[in-house]
Amino acid sequence: MAGIWVHGEITGDGSLAKLSTEVATLARALAAESGGADVTGVVIGSDPAGAAAELARYVPRVLAVTEPATAEHAAGTIVAQRLAALVDEHDPDVILAGAGPEGRDLAGALSALTGRGILANAIALRGSPDGPVATHSVFGGKLITESALTGGRGIVTIRPNTVTAEPAGSAGKVETVAPTGELAQPAVPIVDRIEAKGAAASIDDARIIVAGGRGVGGPDGFGLIQDLATALGGAVGATRAAVDSGWIPYSQQIGQTGKIVKPQLYLAMGISGAIQHKVGMQTASTIIAVNRDPDAPIADFADMIVVGDLVAVGQAILAQLRERSG
Amino acid sequence: MRIVVLTKPVPDPASGGERLTAEGRLDRANSPAVVNGNDEYVLEKALKLVEAAGEGEVIVLTMAPATAPETMRKALAMGATRGVLVTDPAIGGSCTVATTRILAAALKTLEFDLALAGVDTSDGGAGVVAPGVAALTGLPYLSYAATIEPDAAAGKVRVNRITPAGYDVLEAPTPALISGTQALGEPRYPSLKGIMAARNKEIATLSLADLGIDPATVGTAGATTKVVGSRPPEPRAATRVVRDEPDEAARQVVALLAERRLI
Repeated sequence: MAGIWVHGEITGDGSLAKLSTEVATLARALAAESGGADVTGVVIGSDPAGAAAELARYVPRVLAVTEPATAEHAAGTIVAQRLAALVDEHDPDVILAGAGPEGRDLAGALSALTGRGILANAIALRGSPDGPVATHSVFGGKLITESALTGGRGIVTIRPNTVTAEPAGSAGKVETVAPTGELAQPAVPIVDRIEAKGAAASIDDARIIVAGGRGVGGPDGFGLIQDLATALGGAVGATRAAVDSGWIPYSQQIGQTGKIVKPQLYLAMGISGAIQHKVGMQTASTIIAVNRDPDAPIADFADMIVVGDLVAVGQAILAQLRERSG
Repeated sequence: MRIVVLTKPVPDPASGGERLTAEGRLDRANSPAVVNGNDEYVLEKALKLVEAAGEGEVIVLTMAPATAPETMRKALAMGATRGVLVTDPAIGGSCTVATTRILAAALKTLEFDLALAGVDTSDGGAGVVAPGVAALTGLPYLSYAATIEPDAAAGKVRVNRITPAGYDVLEAPTPALISGTQALGEPRYPSLKGIMAARNKEIATLSLADLGIDPATVGTAGATTKVVGSRPPEPRAATRVVRDEPDEAARQVVALLAERRLI
Protein backbone atom coordinates (compact mmCIF):
# COMPACT_ATOMS: atom_id res chain seq x y z
CA MET A 1 0.00 0.00 0.00
CA ALA A 2 1.46 3.29 -1.08
CA GLY A 3 0.09 5.53 1.58
CA ILE A 4 -2.47 6.13 4.27
CA TRP A 5 -3.60 9.66 4.99
CA VAL A 6 -5.30 10.84 8.15
CA HIS A 7 -7.39 14.00 8.16
CA GLY A 8 -6.74 15.96 11.35
CA GLU A 9 -9.89 17.82 12.30
CA ILE A 10 -9.52 21.19 14.01
CA THR A 11 -12.02 21.99 16.78
CA GLY A 12 -13.57 25.36 17.60
CA ASP A 13 -10.67 26.33 19.90
CA GLY A 14 -8.02 25.41 17.32
CA SER A 15 -6.92 22.15 18.92
CA LEU A 16 -6.95 18.69 17.32
CA ALA A 17 -10.23 16.76 17.67
CA LYS A 18 -9.97 13.79 20.03
CA LEU A 19 -11.53 11.66 17.29
CA SER A 20 -8.59 12.48 15.00
CA THR A 21 -6.13 11.08 17.57
CA GLU A 22 -8.11 7.82 17.52
CA VAL A 23 -8.18 7.77 13.71
CA ALA A 24 -4.41 8.40 13.63
CA THR A 25 -3.83 5.54 16.09
CA LEU A 26 -5.92 3.27 13.89
CA ALA A 27 -4.00 4.42 10.79
CA ARG A 28 -0.70 3.22 12.32
CA ALA A 29 -2.21 -0.19 13.05
CA LEU A 30 -3.60 -0.37 9.51
CA ALA A 31 -0.19 0.55 8.09
CA ALA A 32 1.48 -2.23 10.10
CA GLU A 33 -1.06 -4.71 8.74
CA SER A 34 -0.55 -3.41 5.21
CA GLY A 35 3.15 -4.12 4.81
CA GLY A 36 4.42 -0.95 6.43
CA ALA A 37 2.61 1.72 4.42
CA ASP A 38 3.52 5.36 5.01
CA VAL A 39 1.14 7.27 7.27
CA THR A 40 0.69 11.00 6.67
CA GLY A 41 -1.53 13.39 8.58
CA VAL A 42 -3.12 16.41 6.90
CA VAL A 43 -4.36 19.44 8.82
CA ILE A 44 -6.09 22.24 6.92
CA GLY A 45 -7.29 25.46 8.56
CA SER A 46 -6.71 29.13 9.20
CA ASP A 47 -4.17 28.36 11.94
CA PRO A 48 -3.23 24.67 11.60
CA ALA A 49 0.07 24.74 13.56
CA GLY A 50 -1.25 23.63 16.95
CA ALA A 51 -3.41 20.80 15.66
CA ALA A 52 -0.64 19.71 13.26
CA ALA A 53 1.89 19.51 16.09
CA GLU A 54 -0.60 17.49 18.12
CA LEU A 55 -1.24 15.10 15.21
CA ALA A 56 2.54 14.68 14.77
CA ARG A 57 2.59 12.95 18.15
CA TYR A 58 0.64 10.15 16.49
CA VAL A 59 1.97 9.88 12.93
CA PRO A 60 5.47 10.26 11.43
CA ARG A 61 4.61 13.06 9.01
CA VAL A 62 2.02 15.82 8.98
CA LEU A 63 1.20 18.25 6.17
CA ALA A 64 -0.04 21.58 7.55
CA VAL A 65 -1.99 23.72 5.09
CA THR A 66 -2.90 27.29 6.00
CA GLU A 67 -6.29 28.18 4.53
CA PRO A 68 -7.48 31.53 5.90
CA ALA A 69 -11.05 31.08 4.60
CA THR A 70 -11.97 28.52 7.28
CA ALA A 71 -11.73 31.17 10.03
CA GLU A 72 -15.02 32.85 9.15
CA HIS A 73 -16.70 30.30 6.86
CA ALA A 74 -18.21 26.83 7.25
CA ALA A 75 -15.07 24.70 7.01
CA GLY A 76 -16.23 21.38 5.53
CA THR A 77 -16.45 22.20 1.83
CA ILE A 78 -13.37 24.44 1.88
CA VAL A 79 -11.21 21.79 3.56
CA ALA A 80 -12.60 19.15 1.18
CA GLN A 81 -11.59 21.15 -1.90
CA ARG A 82 -8.07 21.76 -0.57
CA LEU A 83 -7.70 18.12 0.46
CA ALA A 84 -9.04 16.89 -2.90
CA ALA A 85 -6.31 18.84 -4.70
CA LEU A 86 -3.63 17.31 -2.45
CA VAL A 87 -5.07 13.81 -2.92
CA ASP A 88 -5.05 14.23 -6.70
CA GLU A 89 -1.43 15.40 -6.53
CA HIS A 90 0.01 12.81 -4.07
CA ASP A 91 -2.36 9.91 -4.80
CA PRO A 92 -2.52 8.17 -1.41
CA ASP A 93 -4.37 4.85 -1.42
CA VAL A 94 -6.52 5.45 1.63
CA ILE A 95 -7.79 8.59 3.37
CA LEU A 96 -9.14 8.18 6.91
CA ALA A 97 -11.39 10.74 8.61
CA GLY A 98 -13.63 10.87 11.66
CA ALA A 99 -17.31 10.01 11.25
CA GLY A 100 -18.63 13.05 13.14
CA PRO A 101 -20.56 15.89 11.47
CA GLU A 102 -17.38 17.60 10.22
CA GLY A 103 -15.88 14.36 8.92
CA ARG A 104 -19.08 13.46 7.08
CA ASP A 105 -19.30 16.83 5.36
CA LEU A 106 -15.64 16.54 4.43
CA ALA A 107 -15.76 12.92 3.25
CA GLY A 108 -18.90 13.45 1.14
CA ALA A 109 -17.43 16.39 -0.74
CA LEU A 110 -13.97 14.77 -1.02
CA SER A 111 -15.51 11.61 -2.45
CA ALA A 112 -17.57 13.52 -4.99
CA LEU A 113 -14.58 15.63 -6.07
CA THR A 114 -12.12 12.72 -6.36
CA GLY A 115 -14.53 9.93 -7.40
CA ARG A 116 -13.18 7.76 -4.59
CA GLY A 117 -15.53 5.46 -2.68
CA ILE A 118 -16.36 5.74 1.01
CA LEU A 119 -16.70 3.12 3.70
CA ALA A 120 -18.67 5.22 6.20
CA ASN A 121 -18.99 4.88 9.98
CA ALA A 122 -16.56 2.01 10.49
CA ILE A 123 -16.49 0.51 13.99
CA ALA A 124 -13.27 -1.41 13.26
CA LEU A 125 -10.68 -1.48 10.49
CA ARG A 126 -8.07 -4.03 9.49
CA GLY A 127 -5.55 -4.39 6.69
CA SER A 128 -5.74 -7.10 4.04
CA PRO A 129 -3.85 -7.86 0.81
CA ASP A 130 -6.77 -6.23 -1.01
CA GLY A 131 -6.75 -3.06 1.06
CA PRO A 132 -8.56 -1.98 4.21
CA VAL A 133 -11.56 -3.95 5.43
CA ALA A 134 -14.05 -1.98 7.54
CA THR A 135 -16.52 -3.42 10.02
CA HIS A 136 -20.00 -1.94 10.31
CA SER A 137 -22.98 -2.49 12.56
CA VAL A 138 -26.11 -2.39 10.36
CA PHE A 139 -29.88 -2.89 10.59
CA GLY A 140 -30.10 -1.56 14.11
CA GLY A 141 -27.29 -3.82 15.28
CA LYS A 142 -28.83 -7.04 14.00
CA LEU A 143 -25.93 -7.65 11.62
CA ILE A 144 -22.19 -7.01 11.47
CA THR A 145 -20.81 -6.55 7.97
CA GLU A 146 -17.31 -6.27 6.55
CA SER A 147 -16.74 -4.12 3.50
CA ALA A 148 -13.83 -3.37 1.20
CA LEU A 149 -12.96 -0.63 -1.28
CA THR A 150 -12.80 -1.55 -4.97
CA GLY A 151 -9.11 -1.77 -5.81
CA GLY A 152 -8.28 -1.19 -2.14
CA ARG A 153 -8.37 2.58 -2.60
CA GLY A 154 -10.75 5.16 -1.17
CA ILE A 155 -11.99 6.94 1.93
CA VAL A 156 -12.94 5.45 5.31
CA THR A 157 -14.72 7.35 8.09
CA ILE A 158 -14.28 6.05 11.63
CA ARG A 159 -16.76 6.29 14.49
CA PRO A 160 -15.61 7.76 17.83
CA ASN A 161 -14.30 5.37 20.52
CA THR A 162 -13.29 2.67 18.01
CA VAL A 163 -9.81 2.55 19.56
CA THR A 164 -8.03 4.19 22.47
CA ALA A 165 -5.72 6.91 21.17
CA GLU A 166 -2.01 6.19 21.76
CA PRO A 167 0.80 8.53 20.69
CA ALA A 168 3.59 6.99 18.59
CA GLY A 169 6.97 6.18 20.16
CA SER A 170 8.59 9.22 18.58
CA ALA A 171 7.16 12.50 17.39
CA GLY A 172 6.68 13.09 13.66
CA LYS A 173 7.65 16.01 11.46
CA VAL A 174 5.35 18.82 10.40
CA GLU A 175 5.75 20.11 6.84
CA THR A 176 4.12 23.34 5.77
CA VAL A 177 2.37 23.02 2.43
CA ALA A 178 0.82 25.81 0.38
CA PRO A 179 -2.85 25.35 -0.49
CA THR A 180 -3.36 24.15 -4.06
CA GLY A 181 -6.34 23.83 -6.35
CA GLU A 182 -9.14 26.34 -6.47
CA LEU A 183 -12.19 26.95 -4.34
CA ALA A 184 -14.91 26.53 -6.95
CA GLN A 185 -17.75 25.99 -4.51
CA PRO A 186 -19.04 29.18 -2.84
CA ALA A 187 -17.76 29.59 0.73
CA VAL A 188 -20.56 30.00 3.28
CA PRO A 189 -19.87 32.76 5.83
CA ILE A 190 -20.46 32.24 9.55
CA VAL A 191 -22.26 35.49 10.41
CA ASP A 192 -22.71 34.71 14.10
CA ARG A 193 -21.93 32.08 16.71
CA ILE A 194 -24.53 31.31 19.34
CA GLU A 195 -23.49 29.63 22.56
CA ALA A 196 -26.38 27.48 23.71
CA LYS A 197 -27.36 28.24 27.29
CA GLY A 198 -26.02 25.59 29.61
CA ALA A 199 -24.46 23.77 26.67
CA ALA A 200 -23.94 20.22 27.81
CA ALA A 201 -20.77 18.18 27.34
CA SER A 202 -20.71 16.62 23.87
CA ILE A 203 -21.95 13.05 23.68
CA ASP A 204 -20.19 12.32 20.37
CA ASP A 205 -16.98 10.95 21.80
CA ALA A 206 -17.88 10.73 25.50
CA ARG A 207 -16.41 7.75 27.36
CA ILE A 208 -19.35 7.67 29.76
CA ILE A 209 -22.94 8.67 29.00
CA VAL A 210 -25.80 8.92 31.49
CA ALA A 211 -29.03 9.10 29.50
CA GLY A 212 -32.61 9.85 30.45
CA GLY A 213 -35.88 8.92 28.80
CA ARG A 214 -39.55 9.55 29.30
CA GLY A 215 -39.28 7.96 32.75
CA VAL A 216 -37.23 10.94 33.97
CA GLY A 217 -40.51 12.83 34.08
CA GLY A 218 -39.44 16.39 33.25
CA PRO A 219 -36.64 18.94 32.96
CA ASP A 220 -36.08 18.90 36.72
CA GLY A 221 -35.50 15.15 36.58
CA PHE A 222 -32.57 15.79 34.27
CA GLY A 223 -30.87 17.54 37.18
CA LEU A 224 -30.25 14.11 38.71
CA ILE A 225 -29.08 12.75 35.33
CA GLN A 226 -26.63 15.66 35.05
CA ASP A 227 -25.40 15.10 38.63
CA LEU A 228 -24.74 11.44 37.86
CA ALA A 229 -22.92 12.36 34.64
CA THR A 230 -20.77 14.88 36.53
CA ALA A 231 -19.95 12.35 39.26
CA LEU A 232 -18.91 9.82 36.60
CA GLY A 233 -17.07 12.35 34.43
CA GLY A 234 -19.46 11.75 31.56
CA ALA A 235 -21.99 13.48 29.34
CA VAL A 236 -25.79 13.60 29.41
CA GLY A 237 -27.78 11.86 26.69
CA ALA A 238 -31.48 11.50 26.06
CA THR A 239 -34.13 9.69 24.09
CA ARG A 240 -36.23 11.36 21.44
CA ALA A 241 -39.22 11.36 23.80
CA ALA A 242 -37.28 13.48 26.30
CA VAL A 243 -36.08 15.84 23.53
CA ASP A 244 -39.55 16.14 21.99
CA SER A 245 -40.89 17.04 25.42
CA GLY A 246 -38.42 19.93 25.52
CA TRP A 247 -36.60 18.65 28.61
CA ILE A 248 -33.18 18.65 26.95
CA PRO A 249 -31.75 19.98 23.65
CA TYR A 250 -31.68 17.92 20.45
CA SER A 251 -27.85 17.97 20.48
CA GLN A 252 -28.03 15.36 23.28
CA GLN A 253 -30.40 12.99 21.48
CA ILE A 254 -29.21 9.43 20.89
CA GLY A 255 -30.86 7.15 18.36
CA GLN A 256 -32.15 6.89 14.85
CA THR A 257 -32.61 10.57 14.08
CA GLY A 258 -30.08 11.68 16.70
CA LYS A 259 -26.53 10.53 17.31
CA ILE A 260 -24.97 7.08 17.28
CA VAL A 261 -22.62 6.67 20.26
CA LYS A 262 -20.23 4.01 21.47
CA PRO A 263 -19.20 4.86 25.04
CA GLN A 264 -17.49 2.57 27.54
CA LEU A 265 -20.47 2.99 29.88
CA TYR A 266 -24.10 3.74 29.06
CA LEU A 267 -26.24 4.32 32.14
CA ALA A 268 -29.85 4.34 30.91
CA MET A 269 -32.29 5.98 33.34
CA GLY A 270 -35.98 5.44 32.63
CA ILE A 271 -35.29 4.33 29.04
CA SER A 272 -37.35 1.47 27.65
CA GLY A 273 -34.88 0.71 24.85
CA ALA A 274 -37.19 0.87 21.83
CA ILE A 275 -35.49 0.10 18.50
CA GLN A 276 -35.21 3.79 17.52
CA HIS A 277 -33.09 4.42 20.63
CA LYS A 278 -31.31 1.07 20.66
CA VAL A 279 -29.72 1.69 17.25
CA GLY A 280 -27.92 4.69 18.73
CA MET A 281 -26.31 3.06 21.76
CA GLN A 282 -26.28 -0.71 21.61
CA THR A 283 -22.56 -0.97 20.84
CA ALA A 284 -21.71 0.60 24.23
CA SER A 285 -19.27 -1.65 26.09
CA THR A 286 -21.27 -1.74 29.33
CA ILE A 287 -24.99 -0.95 29.51
CA ILE A 288 -26.69 -0.51 32.88
CA ALA A 289 -30.40 0.29 32.97
CA VAL A 290 -32.61 1.55 35.75
CA ASN A 291 -36.26 1.00 34.95
CA ARG A 292 -39.52 0.26 36.72
CA ASP A 293 -40.47 -2.30 34.09
CA PRO A 294 -38.43 -5.51 34.17
CA ASP A 295 -39.90 -6.44 30.77
CA ALA A 296 -38.75 -3.26 29.00
CA PRO A 297 -36.86 -4.09 25.75
CA ILE A 298 -33.63 -2.74 27.27
CA ALA A 299 -33.62 -5.73 29.65
CA ASP A 300 -32.77 -7.88 26.62
CA PHE A 301 -29.48 -6.16 25.81
CA ALA A 302 -28.31 -4.44 29.01
CA ASP A 303 -25.55 -5.99 31.14
CA MET A 304 -27.53 -5.11 34.26
CA ILE A 305 -31.03 -3.84 34.87
CA VAL A 306 -32.04 -2.44 38.23
CA VAL A 307 -35.79 -2.78 38.62
CA GLY A 308 -36.97 0.18 40.62
CA ASP A 309 -37.66 3.89 40.90
CA LEU A 310 -35.03 5.82 38.97
CA VAL A 311 -34.97 8.76 41.37
CA ALA A 312 -34.44 6.57 44.45
CA VAL A 313 -31.89 4.33 42.74
CA GLY A 314 -30.22 7.26 40.97
CA GLN A 315 -29.81 9.21 44.22
CA ALA A 316 -28.39 6.12 45.95
CA ILE A 317 -25.85 5.62 43.14
CA LEU A 318 -24.97 9.33 43.28
CA ALA A 319 -24.47 9.23 47.06
CA GLN A 320 -22.18 6.21 46.82
CA LEU A 321 -20.17 7.70 43.95
CA ARG A 322 -19.66 10.92 45.92
CA GLU A 323 -18.68 8.92 48.99
CA ARG A 324 -16.04 7.05 46.99
CA SER A 325 -14.51 10.19 45.52
CA GLY A 326 -14.87 11.72 49.03
CA MET B 1 -40.43 29.91 -3.26
CA ARG B 2 -39.51 26.68 -5.00
CA ILE B 3 -37.97 23.93 -2.88
CA VAL B 4 -36.63 20.52 -3.90
CA VAL B 5 -36.57 17.91 -1.13
CA LEU B 6 -34.32 14.88 -1.57
CA THR B 7 -36.10 11.92 -0.02
CA LYS B 8 -35.15 8.27 0.13
CA PRO B 9 -37.41 5.27 0.69
CA VAL B 10 -35.75 3.14 3.39
CA PRO B 11 -36.70 -0.18 4.96
CA ASP B 12 -38.94 0.57 7.94
CA PRO B 13 -36.44 0.44 10.85
CA ALA B 14 -39.28 -0.67 13.14
CA SER B 15 -40.24 -3.62 10.94
CA GLY B 16 -37.25 -5.73 11.88
CA GLY B 17 -37.33 -7.25 8.39
CA GLU B 18 -34.09 -5.81 6.98
CA ARG B 19 -31.61 -8.29 5.54
CA LEU B 20 -28.90 -8.60 2.90
CA THR B 21 -29.24 -10.40 -0.41
CA ALA B 22 -26.79 -13.17 -1.33
CA GLU B 23 -24.72 -10.50 -3.10
CA GLY B 24 -24.39 -8.50 0.08
CA ARG B 25 -26.82 -5.75 -0.95
CA LEU B 26 -29.73 -4.42 1.04
CA ASP B 27 -32.79 -6.54 0.24
CA ARG B 28 -35.28 -3.74 -0.44
CA ALA B 29 -38.02 -6.12 -1.58
CA ASN B 30 -38.17 -7.87 1.76
CA SER B 31 -39.07 -5.00 4.07
CA PRO B 32 -41.82 -2.36 3.92
CA ALA B 33 -40.43 0.97 2.73
CA VAL B 34 -41.05 4.26 4.51
CA VAL B 35 -39.84 7.82 3.89
CA ASN B 36 -36.47 8.22 5.67
CA GLY B 37 -37.03 9.86 9.08
CA ASN B 38 -34.65 12.79 8.67
CA ASP B 39 -36.10 13.52 5.20
CA GLU B 40 -39.55 13.99 6.73
CA TYR B 41 -38.26 16.81 8.95
CA VAL B 42 -36.86 18.75 5.98
CA LEU B 43 -40.00 18.01 3.96
CA GLU B 44 -42.12 19.46 6.77
CA LYS B 45 -39.91 22.56 6.83
CA ALA B 46 -40.19 22.92 3.05
CA LEU B 47 -44.00 22.74 3.23
CA LYS B 48 -44.08 25.38 6.00
CA LEU B 49 -41.76 27.72 4.08
CA VAL B 50 -43.83 27.52 0.89
CA GLU B 51 -47.04 28.00 2.89
CA ALA B 52 -45.52 31.06 4.57
CA ALA B 53 -44.38 32.46 1.22
CA GLY B 54 -47.91 32.05 -0.12
CA GLU B 55 -46.62 30.81 -3.46
CA GLY B 56 -44.31 28.22 -4.93
CA GLU B 57 -43.97 24.48 -4.92
CA VAL B 58 -42.28 21.59 -3.11
CA ILE B 59 -40.76 19.00 -5.43
CA VAL B 60 -39.82 15.61 -4.01
CA LEU B 61 -36.72 14.15 -5.70
CA THR B 62 -36.07 10.45 -5.17
CA MET B 63 -33.65 7.92 -6.61
CA ALA B 64 -35.06 4.45 -6.06
CA PRO B 65 -36.47 1.29 -7.63
CA ALA B 66 -39.59 1.63 -9.79
CA THR B 67 -41.80 0.74 -6.80
CA ALA B 68 -40.86 4.01 -5.06
CA PRO B 69 -44.04 5.95 -6.00
CA GLU B 70 -45.81 4.06 -3.20
CA THR B 71 -43.49 5.73 -0.69
CA MET B 72 -43.41 9.04 -2.56
CA ARG B 73 -47.22 9.27 -2.30
CA LYS B 74 -46.85 9.82 1.44
CA ALA B 75 -44.70 12.90 0.82
CA LEU B 76 -47.23 14.11 -1.74
CA ALA B 77 -50.06 13.43 0.72
CA MET B 78 -48.26 15.59 3.31
CA GLY B 79 -48.50 18.41 0.78
CA ALA B 80 -45.62 18.22 -1.70
CA THR B 81 -46.64 19.52 -5.12
CA ARG B 82 -45.08 16.88 -7.38
CA GLY B 83 -42.47 14.18 -7.51
CA VAL B 84 -39.46 13.38 -9.66
CA LEU B 85 -38.25 9.76 -9.54
CA VAL B 86 -34.89 8.76 -10.92
CA THR B 87 -35.18 5.07 -11.65
CA ASP B 88 -33.33 2.68 -13.90
CA PRO B 89 -32.62 -1.06 -13.74
CA ALA B 90 -28.89 -0.28 -13.82
CA ILE B 91 -29.05 1.83 -10.63
CA GLY B 92 -29.52 -1.08 -8.20
CA GLY B 93 -26.44 -1.62 -6.03
CA SER B 94 -25.11 1.89 -6.56
CA CYS B 95 -22.52 3.10 -4.04
CA THR B 96 -22.58 6.59 -2.53
CA VAL B 97 -20.33 7.97 -5.29
CA ALA B 98 -22.76 6.88 -8.02
CA THR B 99 -25.78 7.97 -5.97
CA THR B 100 -24.21 11.39 -5.51
CA ARG B 101 -23.49 11.75 -9.25
CA ILE B 102 -27.00 10.68 -10.23
CA LEU B 103 -28.76 12.97 -7.74
CA ALA B 104 -26.51 15.89 -8.72
CA ALA B 105 -27.39 15.35 -12.39
CA ALA B 106 -31.11 15.13 -11.57
CA LEU B 107 -30.97 18.25 -9.41
CA LYS B 108 -29.43 20.18 -12.30
CA THR B 109 -32.59 19.50 -14.37
CA LEU B 110 -34.72 21.40 -11.82
CA GLU B 111 -35.12 25.06 -10.96
CA PHE B 112 -35.28 25.89 -7.28
CA ASP B 113 -34.41 28.37 -4.52
CA LEU B 114 -33.53 25.72 -1.93
CA ALA B 115 -32.66 22.03 -2.08
CA LEU B 116 -33.12 20.21 1.23
CA ALA B 117 -31.96 16.78 2.39
CA GLY B 118 -32.02 14.92 5.71
CA VAL B 119 -28.57 14.76 7.37
CA ASP B 120 -28.46 11.00 6.92
CA THR B 121 -30.62 7.96 6.21
CA SER B 122 -31.58 5.18 8.57
CA ASP B 123 -30.41 2.44 6.18
CA GLY B 124 -26.95 3.44 4.91
CA GLY B 125 -26.43 6.16 7.49
CA ALA B 126 -23.33 7.54 5.78
CA GLY B 127 -24.49 11.17 5.70
CA VAL B 128 -22.18 11.89 2.75
CA VAL B 129 -24.51 12.24 -0.24
CA ALA B 130 -25.76 15.79 0.47
CA PRO B 131 -22.28 17.37 0.77
CA GLY B 132 -21.25 15.41 -2.34
CA VAL B 133 -24.21 16.67 -4.36
CA ALA B 134 -23.38 20.23 -3.29
CA ALA B 135 -19.76 19.75 -4.40
CA LEU B 136 -20.81 18.46 -7.84
CA THR B 137 -23.49 21.09 -8.44
CA GLY B 138 -21.38 23.97 -7.10
CA LEU B 139 -24.15 24.97 -4.69
CA PRO B 140 -23.41 26.63 -1.33
CA TYR B 141 -23.76 23.88 1.29
CA LEU B 142 -25.21 24.50 4.77
CA SER B 143 -25.39 21.42 6.99
CA TYR B 144 -26.91 20.16 10.24
CA ALA B 145 -29.62 22.80 10.16
CA ALA B 146 -31.76 23.42 13.25
CA THR B 147 -33.45 26.40 11.57
CA ILE B 148 -33.87 27.54 7.95
CA GLU B 149 -34.84 31.16 7.27
CA PRO B 150 -34.97 32.23 3.63
CA ASP B 151 -35.08 35.91 2.65
CA ALA B 152 -36.63 35.74 -0.81
CA ALA B 153 -36.30 39.49 -1.47
CA ALA B 154 -32.56 39.44 -0.73
CA GLY B 155 -32.03 36.06 -2.45
CA LYS B 156 -30.43 34.68 0.72
CA VAL B 157 -30.96 31.95 3.28
CA ARG B 158 -29.89 31.79 6.92
CA VAL B 159 -29.32 28.55 8.81
CA ASN B 160 -28.48 27.75 12.42
CA ARG B 161 -25.99 24.90 12.13
CA ILE B 162 -25.75 22.67 15.20
CA THR B 163 -22.25 22.71 16.73
CA PRO B 164 -20.89 21.22 19.97
CA ALA B 165 -21.09 24.66 21.62
CA GLY B 166 -24.47 25.73 20.25
CA TYR B 167 -25.03 27.09 16.75
CA ASP B 168 -23.08 28.65 13.91
CA VAL B 169 -25.33 31.05 12.02
CA LEU B 170 -24.59 30.54 8.32
CA GLU B 171 -25.76 32.75 5.47
CA ALA B 172 -25.61 31.98 1.76
CA PRO B 173 -27.10 33.21 -1.50
CA THR B 174 -29.81 31.04 -3.04
CA PRO B 175 -30.03 28.57 -4.65
CA ALA B 176 -28.35 26.59 -1.87
CA LEU B 177 -28.33 23.02 -0.58
CA ILE B 178 -29.13 22.44 3.09
CA SER B 179 -29.04 19.26 5.17
CA GLY B 180 -31.50 19.34 8.05
CA THR B 181 -32.17 17.64 11.35
CA GLN B 182 -35.04 16.67 13.58
CA ALA B 183 -34.63 20.04 15.31
CA LEU B 184 -36.54 21.58 12.36
CA GLY B 185 -39.78 20.24 13.85
CA GLU B 186 -42.23 17.38 13.88
CA PRO B 187 -43.60 16.30 10.48
CA ARG B 188 -47.37 16.51 9.96
CA TYR B 189 -49.57 13.52 9.35
CA PRO B 190 -51.19 13.42 5.90
CA SER B 191 -54.85 14.46 6.07
CA LEU B 192 -57.52 12.40 4.36
CA LYS B 193 -57.90 15.23 1.85
CA GLY B 194 -54.14 15.19 1.29
CA ILE B 195 -54.13 11.44 0.71
CA MET B 196 -56.92 11.76 -1.86
CA ALA B 197 -55.19 14.67 -3.61
CA ALA B 198 -51.86 12.80 -3.74
CA ARG B 199 -53.34 10.14 -6.01
CA ASN B 200 -53.57 12.63 -8.84
CA LYS B 201 -50.26 14.40 -8.31
CA GLU B 202 -47.59 14.04 -10.96
CA ILE B 203 -44.54 11.81 -10.46
CA ALA B 204 -42.23 12.30 -13.43
CA THR B 205 -39.53 9.70 -14.02
CA LEU B 206 -35.98 10.19 -15.22
CA SER B 207 -33.73 7.39 -16.51
CA LEU B 208 -29.94 7.32 -16.64
CA ALA B 209 -30.20 8.04 -20.38
CA ASP B 210 -32.27 11.17 -19.58
CA LEU B 211 -29.43 12.31 -17.33
CA GLY B 212 -26.66 11.36 -19.76
CA ILE B 213 -25.07 8.88 -17.34
CA ASP B 214 -23.40 5.71 -18.62
CA PRO B 215 -25.09 2.73 -16.87
CA ALA B 216 -21.74 0.92 -16.67
CA THR B 217 -20.42 3.60 -14.28
CA VAL B 218 -23.16 3.12 -11.66
CA GLY B 219 -24.93 0.24 -9.92
CA THR B 220 -23.16 -2.94 -8.96
CA ALA B 221 -20.91 -2.69 -12.05
CA GLY B 222 -19.48 0.67 -11.03
CA ALA B 223 -19.53 0.24 -7.26
CA THR B 224 -16.54 1.64 -5.36
CA THR B 225 -17.27 -0.47 -2.28
CA LYS B 226 -18.34 -4.04 -1.67
CA VAL B 227 -19.66 -6.03 1.27
CA VAL B 228 -17.24 -8.96 1.69
CA GLY B 229 -18.69 -10.68 4.73
CA SER B 230 -21.42 -10.59 7.35
CA ARG B 231 -22.17 -12.26 10.66
CA PRO B 232 -24.56 -11.87 13.56
CA PRO B 233 -23.19 -9.66 16.34
CA GLU B 234 -21.51 -11.30 19.34
CA PRO B 235 -24.28 -12.13 21.77
CA ARG B 236 -24.16 -9.91 24.85
CA ALA B 237 -23.73 -11.65 28.17
CA ALA B 238 -26.94 -12.50 29.99
CA THR B 239 -28.56 -9.54 31.69
CA ARG B 240 -28.19 -9.41 35.46
CA VAL B 241 -31.50 -8.41 37.01
CA VAL B 242 -31.27 -6.52 40.31
CA ARG B 243 -34.46 -6.18 42.36
CA ASP B 244 -33.00 -5.03 45.68
CA GLU B 245 -33.78 -1.87 47.64
CA PRO B 246 -32.17 1.31 46.23
CA ASP B 247 -29.11 1.34 48.52
CA GLU B 248 -28.27 -2.30 47.90
CA ALA B 249 -29.05 -2.00 44.17
CA ALA B 250 -26.77 1.05 43.95
CA ARG B 251 -24.00 -0.92 45.71
CA GLN B 252 -24.22 -3.56 42.99
CA VAL B 253 -24.15 -0.93 40.24
CA VAL B 254 -21.11 0.79 41.76
CA ALA B 255 -19.39 -2.61 42.25
CA LEU B 256 -19.88 -3.41 38.55
CA LEU B 257 -18.51 0.02 37.57
CA ALA B 258 -15.45 -0.56 39.74
CA GLU B 259 -14.94 -4.10 38.43
CA ARG B 260 -14.92 -2.77 34.86
CA ARG B 261 -12.65 0.15 35.80
CA LEU B 262 -15.23 2.73 34.85
CA ILE B 263 -14.75 4.62 38.11
